[in-house]
Amino acid sequence: MEKELWKGNEAVAEAAIRAGCKYFFGYPITPQNEIPEYLSYHLPKIGGCFLQAESEVAAINMIYGAAGCGVRVMTSSSSPGISLKQEGITYMCGAELPAVIVNMMRGGPGLGTIQPAQGDYFQATRGGGNGDYRHLVYAPATIQEAADYVQMAFDVADLYRNPVMVVADGMIGQMMEAIEWREMPKRELPEKTWATTGTKGERKPNVINSLYIDPNLCAEHNERLAAKYKAMEENETRWEEVNTENCEVLFVAYGTPSRITKAAIKLLEKEGIKAGLFRPITLWPYPSKQLKAAASQESVKAVVDFELSMGQMIDDVKIALEGCRPVTFVGKAGGVVPTPAEVAAAAKAAIGR
Amino acid sequence: MTNEIMIAGFGGQGVMAIGKTLAEAGMKEGKDVSWLPSYGPEMRGGTANCCVVISEEEIVCPIVLEPTELIAMNLPSLRKFEHDVVKGGTIFVNSSIISEKVERDDVRVINVPCLDIANELGNAKVANMVMLGAYIEAMGNLGTETIKEMLVHMFTGPKAKLVDLNIEALRRGAACVK
Amino acid sequence: MAIVYQKSKGLTDAELHYCPGCTHGIVHKLVAEVLEELDLLGTTIGVAPVGCSVFAYNYFNCDMHEAAHGRAPAVATAIKRVSAPGTTVFTYQGDGDLAAIGTAEIVHAAMRGEKFTTIFINNAIYGMTGGQMAPTTMVGQKATTAPLGRDKDHYGSPIRMSEIISTLEGAAYVTRVSVHDLASLNKAKKAIKKAFQMQMEGKGFTFVEVLACCPTNWGKTPAASIEWLKENMIPYFPLGVYKDVDGEVK
Repeated sequence: MEKELWKGNEAVAEAAIRAGCKYFFGYPITPQNEIPEYLSYHLPKIGGCFLQAESEVAAINMIYGAAGCGVRVMTSSSSPGISLKQEGITYMCGAELPAVIVNMMRGGPGLGTIQPAQGDYFQATRGGGNGDYRHLVYAPATIQEAADYVQMAFDVADLYRNPVMVVADGMIGQMMEAIEWREMPKRELPEKTWATTGTKGERKPNVINSLYIDPNLCAEHNERLAAKYKAMEENETRWEEVNTENCEVLFVAYGTPSRITKAAIKLLEKEGIKAGLFRPITLWPYPSKQLKAAASQESVKAVVDFELSMGQMIDDVKIALEGCRPVTFVGKAGGVVPTPAEVAAAAKAAIGR
Repeated sequence: MTNEIMIAGFGGQGVMAIGKTLAEAGMKEGKDVSWLPSYGPEMRGGTANCCVVISEEEIVCPIVLEPTELIAMNLPSLRKFEHDVVKGGTIFVNSSIISEKVERDDVRVINVPCLDIANELGNAKVANMVMLGAYIEAMGNLGTETIKEMLVHMFTGPKAKLVDLNIEALRRGAACVK
Repeated sequence: MAIVYQKSKGLTDAELHYCPGCTHGIVHKLVAEVLEELDLLGTTIGVAPVGCSVFAYNYFNCDMHEAAHGRAPAVATAIKRVSAPGTTVFTYQGDGDLAAIGTAEIVHAAMRGEKFTTIFINNAIYGMTGGQMAPTTMVGQKATTAPLGRDKDHYGSPIRMSEIISTLEGAAYVTRVSVHDLASLNKAKKAIKKAFQMQMEGKGFTFVEVLACCPTNWGKTPAASIEWLKENMIPYFPLGVYKDVDGEVK
């Protein structure tokens, strides 16, 4: 297929349409505005509905309503807006509703800045809402991956009856790259017999609900959810390894930092240092086993975690490594992006060169 | 061969469009490309810039820190980025509004009075196309034919008459390169 | 034996959990009867709130969503917009849910003229959480978070939602009714029926506020509660039609 030049945000929006999503509810916030703008133009043309809500809180609850009716639906926002959506996300996990939520992350905390950042890692992987819930988190590093994973996210959401989040930093939302629109492998999906479509007098009412007032029933519900999350961990973990075999330094980075890391690896190569990159594509479930395998090679002297935050994913790196290798951190928060040279320097420091 | 291009100027000077045209032309010629804009309040009239990478190899990092070429559409952009340009790189200067000299002597400097030329052509909006014409002529990394084909696709119907104007703008820009 | 009275098919067989003298049960019955009479049960999706009527999803014999506190109008907005044409949608909300935490959602749903019906139960108190002050609590009325009674200087005066909603162009029908006696109950049923009919005719947003009793949290007997409602609430929250795009406003 011929390559086309697409802006990240617009590719995300188009990917949703290609995945059969006809409904979008959202609220403006930089740097993701091209997503709702694109969909406000295109969804009405395919008989869908775009609605700009009064707030992110309302928008995520609209997603809840639409998902409960069994349709494919998406919302997108950026960091402070995603904070407001946490209520709806925990309700959707509780009520087992499939939907796709996109976060084009910006600097925080609070209003922070609109420049790219990855300070929402904890929020995305631990859940900013209440209760024991989990959802998949995809972290694309290119526009091609953003287009692919958004399409895939809808299938995965339907398969597990669970929301799926796609997180990228504002840079991926704003930049353009040449991509191919390719068919994603289709999953076999169960029929949505639970959806509220009107009983037509032919079945018992369907109820979309996360309330289990009887503690025993609520405990059972949590057990069932936990089993589902376990299945996601077993089947949906994704990662990429670049140059990791026999590397001396192992970088761990996702999204835009993974690309800067690739440039840093080239710089280090010129100095005779073999560095590799381990890139989690799913931030939850985290590819812990695979990371430990890569890091525990005899050649690896140090593991360098690189994030556009003050160090959040590093917790997962340390959990994965179980102390088998020293872990150092390089990164900046607040919208400043470290250079490949700075990242390479951090690697050299980690191995004492 | 990798071109890492920084294009900067005031919002409204067509800075983003120069970058997009370069990226699209590179893609059409089978190269790997990326276009990364600055974004935020400056988009509404302050200074704006975008980084374009056009490469024969896979682009790993879309951020341009040391441009091989700088296209400076206004003075603040020239002053902000000229010292980042690699040694032996090229700086394109919009000499219609930048009267000050480039401070470096280890780079090639190409002065393009793109606004004057655009005004001569009767449409100030094509100043960025004049600059683009100069870039393509000087660098030789992209074919003029590719851009012309893109223009034909871009301007259709009542806008079709703009194709010739833009092609003339490209030609006049190219003529600025000695 | 001839059947003289039958429970509406609009209600399930689940036993209601409401306190003695609470008027939720009456309003449930009216909504259920209307849905049955209009033959809408098979094509209706209701949205239950958070509050005493949180379990409404167990009682109405139609597809239901349980919404987060205050968000029922947002949930209903999406349900109506993604469902098959001809689907009936309603929210059933109390005063804490609709007039405090969900004020933005109800106002904006009404502004957009969302074609669903909201049944708003105003009993001037938070019931389920144990009698805390609501935005509709009367000045001087005691609540567990206003032990000396609502102080106007501290909390202002109660919010009148029907009046607010009626100012919005998107609202087609806005009325305040009560169920404190048979006559008012009959009027309330007519209002609910009209609201659903206007929804199905695509007229716009329809809103029925029902003044209700909460003997438990008011600290009164059911009979005394009815008297208190008549003497205190009705003068401040006058009954009547505040908006009707089809007819006269009384």
